[in-house]
Amino acid sequence: MNRRLMDRSFYWFCKSMTWMALGILLILIFHICRQGCEYLDWQFLSSLPSRSPEKAGIKTALAGTVWIICFTALFAIPFGIATALYLEEYAPKRHPFVRLLQINIANLAGMPSIIYGLLGLTIFVRSLGFERSILAGSLTLALLILPVIVIASQEAIKAVPDSIRFAAYAMGARRYQVVLGQVLPSAIPGIMTGIILSISRAIGETAPLIIVGAMSYIAYTPESIFDMFTVLPVQIYNWAGRPKEEFHAIAAAGIMVLLLLLLSLNFIAVTIRSRYQRYK
Amino acid sequence: MTEPIIKIEDLSIYYGEKRAINQVSMDFCNNEVTAIIGPSGCGKSTLLRSINRMNDFVVGLRNEGKVLYRDKNIYAEDIDESEIRRNIGMVFQKPNPFPKSIYDNITWGPKINGYKEDWEKLVEESLKRAALWDEVKDRLHSSALELSGGQQQRLCIARAIAMRPEVILMDEPCSALDPKATFKIEDLIHELKESYSILIVTHNMQQAARVSDRTAFFYLGDLIEYGPTKQIFELPKKDQTQDYIQGKFG
Ligand SMILES: Nc1ncnc2c1ncn2[C@@H]1O[C@H](COP(=O)(O)OP(=O)(O)O)[C@@H](O)[C@H]1O
Ligand SMILES: [Mg+2]
Repeated sequence: MNRRLMDRSFYWFCKSMTWMALGILLILIFHICRQGCEYLDWQFLSSLPSRSPEKAGIKTALAGTVWIICFTALFAIPFGIATALYLEEYAPKRHPFVRLLQINIANLAGMPSIIYGLLGLTIFVRSLGFERSILAGSLTLALLILPVIVIASQEAIKAVPDSIRFAAYAMGARRYQVVLGQVLPSAIPGIMTGIILSISRAIGETAPLIIVGAMSYIAYTPESIFDMFTVLPVQIYNWAGRPKEEFHAIAAAGIMVLLLLLLSLNFIAVTIRSRYQRYK
Repeated sequence: MTEPIIKIEDLSIYYGEKRAINQVSMDFCNNEVTAIIGPSGCGKSTLLRSINRMNDFVVGLRNEGKVLYRDKNIYAEDIDESEIRRNIGMVFQKPNPFPKSIYDNITWGPKINGYKEDWEKLVEESLKRAALWDEVKDRLHSSALELSGGQQQRLCIARAIAMRPEVILMDEPCSALDPKATFKIEDLIHELKESYSILIVTHNMQQAARVSDRTAFFYLGDLIEYGPTKQIFELPKKDQTQDYIQGKFG
């Protein structure tokens, strides 16, 4: 009797916790949508920022985010996958240097993002002289997400069974053919998940980009990677900090754009996963 | 005995300090099926893997002696192990098809080795020789992992055949299969020996008796007895062989 009671109550405990968390999230989203929907229209998406709330738009921030994300991905993905392949398929696992590297990657993945901002400021903005450009911003974010991509890719590569590698070698394959022709295709769904998750994280990052110089006001959309930029979260942060009530509503509309962007990224991730998992 | 295609000369194999194969010398004949039997742990797999240099992947493994394929020592300096593996195919204990389509499983090996083929024809021929064509001809582009265990193992054999090897090594190819699938594979081995030399490791003595022309009995890394299968099973010369065949240990 007693254990049956425990059984029931534990079930209800877990269930109610789940729904409570979900409920809070829904209330939050509902609140934002109610506040922002009034401003979320084509004019909002296609206008430059402005001092008057009716005219203010998110065009530059949206463009900036797209530029930043594309180049962050461009820089981080090849480095991330190649590093993971090297560590899993080539490097001597027991070598002290490799172990040290591995521990450091794990630690880097847990570092506060503001530290990457400072690193980016020192290296990219100042030493390399990229100034407050998309180049500097996306290199900084690429560094930020690199460890996560490496670790996620390593996990995906580890999950490829050795029997596949041996089968490939037994057919006369060279190592690069085993790695590129068998291991990587099998690991792609897992790698993609890691990449999309870390890029979603990068989209929401504010602190490091403020440090490397994302603008609070910018009157034109970027045209090259050497241009100045602002991004969605920085723009939202700015609006939310204004005293005028209307700007809070605009901030909410900005958040809705950000959420939509994240959702579509996740949708892409799911699509790619299911495409590649045909042979599972 | 026809002309031997593989000659093992005074081969010892060590895992670190531990010796798993003990100064073994033996020849394998062309177009015959040779069975390697013995209790588990006696070194059957180790010996088999030394013939296509799959032992290269075992850390701490060391060879002494020679393995000659067409009279060339495959452990000589100037030998390209990938070329050896092209000519000496392997079927593993657990079916391990690539996580790709049935079609791609067949074509991957020849493709990466730069063969130029009529791919449709190669796929059909290989699957036919492996007695799998009728079961899969309508779904060549679906995943190999959707096949049953026995079908997967025949696909692995088809994949090996597609490379046009001279020798096929099989390490307990039926141990993960049910009796019906096992029977199919044994049938297939009979067919294949027309064109290939087959070395099969098995812990199943009836299987050795059914499929092989010659049988080698190993015990604790030593080659105890080697001869025509009929003789080994009916008139073994060594007491140990007799005891093992009668099931007194194993
Ligand atoms: N990777 C390895 N490292 C160390 N010892 C091994 C390894 N593989 C096999 N052995 C040992 O070598 C001996 C022969 O193994 P194996 O060739 O797998 O035997 P069989 O295939 O006849 O069962 C066994 O005693 C086994 O423990
Ligand atoms: Mg074995």
